[in-house]
Amino acid sequence: MIYMLKIAVIGGRETVMGFTALGLEAYPVSDASEAKGVLRTLTREREDVAIIYIEENLAEQLDSEIEKYKDSPMPAIILIPGREGSLGLGLSALNAAVERAIGTNILENN
Amino acid sequence: MASTMITPTRMMLKQLKGRLKTARRGHKLMKDKRDELMRRFMDIVRLNKELRERVEQGLTASFASLQVASAIMSPEVLEQALLYPRQSVELGVEFKNIMSVNVPEYSFRTKNNDPSEIYPYGFAQTSGELDDALEQMAKVFEDMLQLAQVEKTMQLLAEEIEKTRRRVNALEYVMIPELEENIRYITMKLEENENATKVRLLKVKEMVLENAHKYSS
Repeated sequence: MIYMLKIAVIGGRETVMGFTALGLEAYPVSDASEAKGVLRTLTREREDVAIIYIEENLAEQLDSEIEKYKDSPMPAIILIPGREGSLGLGLSALNAAVERAIGTNILENN
Repeated sequence: MASTMITPTRMMLKQLKGRLKTARRGHKLMKDKRDELMRRFMDIVRLNKELRERVEQGLTASFASLQVASAIMSPEVLEQALLYPRQSVELGVEFKNIMSVNVPEYSFRTKNNDPSEIYPYGFAQTSGELDDALEQMAKVFEDMLQLAQVEKTMQLLAEEIEKTRRRVNALEYVMIPELEENIRYITMKLEENENATKVRLLKVKEMVLENAHKYSS
């Protein structure tokens, strides 16, 4: 296996800070439009980014961008909670996928 | 109905019967594929849910420690401490085939194998909370990677299930009934023609007999 790919994190300055220490590529942004620009360059111009973690409160406004990459095997765009704690967007994305596959959400009840 | 467009011939009937057989077999295969995809999908959804909860908890805890650290230390020192990472992660990806869906499988390797190498600073000027935050983050990182893999797999499977489900339904509720209808139409039409021919022959026979012998049955 060839280890060449990179992992990127997009989020607020404080959120991203810790991830640099782990050796991920961090992209601090201050608002959603800036995040959009970063996400675009990462998905279109870079071939070597396999996973993009993006902060939930930013992702909320980037739905259409993220939606585009749902069906392609690369890159994986994954939501992570921000500093304020989880907004539950990640779980709602999971529910949306279940609903898409099965036609109705069977997880909601339990 | 498409039956108006087909010609009621034996050849057409044979063709349609062949297509019906193929459609039935395709329907069965698609249904099996859908069921198996669904089974895997449910396993993955469950795993995804579990991982997501774990990652969210871990990250929240790590952010809390970081918050404390940033309260204790001045922003400049904190910035400086994390400015230059000592660790770097390289990711490898391989694609695995689940029921003709290509799903990624990640594995990673770090430049430094020593786990204490994640701290890119000397310990003199930084607070202990920063160490805690980074340690928690490093712990949760493996789960994050798995989460990425599982979530992507889930999305890809969801897409494939949706497609397969549509195909199953199209075959079951459109293609197969239409073919059956057409086959019925042709068989009826052929029978009708046959009856017409028989009656005509009887009639001709009667006329011929009448002409030859002045004899009628």
